[in-house]
Amino acid sequence: MEVAAENKVLSFVNGWERPTEENAVRKEALQALNAMEFPTTRVEDWKYTRVGKITKRSFKQLNTTIDTSPYIIEDLDAHQLVFVNGYYREDLSAIKKDDALTIQPVDRVDDAYYGQLVEDIDENVFSLMNKAYSNGGVYLHVAKQMKVEHPIHMIHVLTGDEVVANPRHFIRVEQGGKAEVVTTFQSEKAEESFSNVVMEGHVEANAHLRIHKVQTEAKNCFHIANELFVQDEGSQFLINTITTGSRLTRNGLNVIVEGENCHTEMNGAYLGTDRQHLDNHTLIDQLYSNCTSSETYKGVMDDKSVGVFNGKVIVRQDSQNIEAYQSNGNILLSKEATVNSKPELEIYADDVRCSHGSTTGQLDEEALFYLRTRGISEKNAKNLLVAAFIGDVLEKIDIEPLRKSVDQHFLEEFGWEF
Amino acid sequence: MLTIKNLHASVEEGAEILKGLNMEVNAGEVHAIMGPNGAGKSTLAAVLAGKEGYDITQGEVSFDGKDLLELETEDRAKEGMFLAFQYPVEIPGVSNINFLKTALNEIREYRGEEALNAKDFMARVRKSSEIVNLDPKLASRSVNAGFSGGEKKRNEIFQMAMLEPKLSILDETDSGLDIDALKVVSDGVNKLRSKDNAVIIITHYQRLLDYITPDYVHVLADGKIVKTGPKELALELEEKGYDWLNEEKETV
Repeated sequence: MEVAAENKVLSFVNGWERPTEENAVRKEALQALNAMEFPTTRVEDWKYTRVGKITKRSFKQLNTTIDTSPYIIEDLDAHQLVFVNGYYREDLSAIKKDDALTIQPVDRVDDAYYGQLVEDIDENVFSLMNKAYSNGGVYLHVAKQMKVEHPIHMIHVLTGDEVVANPRHFIRVEQGGKAEVVTTFQSEKAEESFSNVVMEGHVEANAHLRIHKVQTEAKNCFHIANELFVQDEGSQFLINTITTGSRLTRNGLNVIVEGENCHTEMNGAYLGTDRQHLDNHTLIDQLYSNCTSSETYKGVMDDKSVGVFNGKVIVRQDSQNIEAYQSNGNILLSKEATVNSKPELEIYADDVRCSHGSTTGQLDEEALFYLRTRGISEKNAKNLLVAAFIGDVLEKIDIEPLRKSVDQHFLEEFGWEF
Repeated sequence: MLTIKNLHASVEEGAEILKGLNMEVNAGEVHAIMGPNGAGKSTLAAVLAGKEGYDITQGEVSFDGKDLLELETEDRAKEGMFLAFQYPVEIPGVSNINFLKTALNEIREYRGEEALNAKDFMARVRKSSEIVNLDPKLASRSVNAGFSGGEKKRNEIFQMAMLEPKLSILDETDSGLDIDALKVVSDGVNKLRSKDNAVIIITHYQRLLDYITPDYVHVLADGKIVKTGPKELALELEEKGYDWLNEEKETV
């Protein structure tokens, strides 16, 4: 027991309960945790993000209930799956009948299938903690050649003080299937609580999966997400990530493209105020030829907030005719805001078209003056310019009711009108 | 309407550009300010609009009885001042319509008027775009983004029509325009002239004044108005150039 006391990771999870039903994923994660340490800024992947704010605290699990009505998106006709502090609340969920979609606890993912899928993929201490201690989460299964008619809205609510939520989800879209998922992360009367999320998926041959993630948790909470998607040949995957929440957010998004003729698209908008730290780490690993990817992340940082973007694209030696586009743009609204932007292209093939661009600057003074000479106040002029700047990312949210609710959030939170 | 007394202005780096400028503009008048490059014409426009980067070291400007120099840029616009830019700024992502709606509603709110409803607003957009033959499609595009030089200048006059200012300052509006665009733009300005508003035309060349007849022509040289005369003065300047003025000054 002395050893355990010295291990910071083990003392961090001390007191957390694990589901009684054991499976391979849980067991292996628990075992791996024994040898883990929390990353320091000396680790390249965490160079700009100190996790001490999280790891020096202690969090407890809390299975409780909430009134879901504030979290239902108006006019969004969707399957609603509710997770309170990471526990799946079937009683609060509303699922439509659809032969294309099967919803089960995440434990039902076949161990052998899953083990093979994520073989050789690096875990980190947070994904391992999630996998070892997750006590809720779903396995969404989309049947072959079928389309899920309505979007699947996964509603995550963090509530209570110093609470940890470890939701873990797996989405499998079988050959030729199609689904669209909305994941929202919000908090209610939560003080210094921690969402530690794992979302993984497999987009099989010719399948389509679209995900829109909107995270607006309270600014004294913490959010770490580890997202991993594997694409098979001819598949299409899109994920939009909108982040305005949490004191510290780290979105770790990895896409492994394991087949030809795939298209991958990731877009993100992150908007920081106060002392928020918003970190987006993305990876696209192109293992096969004839694929395209497009990535656009935009940040608007105010006050003393810090933005981090790290976008890695790997094109393996035999992956020819790859087209990869990446851009990261940032606007600093205050002198004390900072952004660390790092595009990373590792290209080992010859026939590749990759472009990347990274910009960080202030709002265009000339444009601001121009708008003001038309009678627009400085505040509204700034809002128009900020809205224009991140507008092209928001336009990627093609579900109208969701877009409306995001717009509404921006209006309430920042006074930005689109 | 506008009274400028002994205006001195320097750029923040120190050089004095305006060196005691006096001018009086009344409702219903059109004033042309001409002068050689570097005389301070664009600085005057920038200072009147409230652009940052200039120090007003002396003098005063009153606009309809208010101390103009104390007002923020947007409040000058709300009081009825309009600047048509020499180089209109491209603002990708902000639609012409959206920004004009924001501007118009802010101006109306300032004046204690109700916001225009969508129908009246669109009617005004249509009417205003007709004044300068602006393709209504351009009205809904991003502000000046990808517009040709002529379209940008027409867009300035379109905005002037939308906002109905009391005093419009046209800063080198003729620069870069071909003859057809010049006619359209000046025709638009003429349609917007009334006994209640005034226009200041800042220009290097006389050709715009063939289409918009000024009541007064001022010559701005070395930061001061050195000569004021009737519209014929513009022709004289065109013929003799600006050097003639220096000679005249020296002989006086």
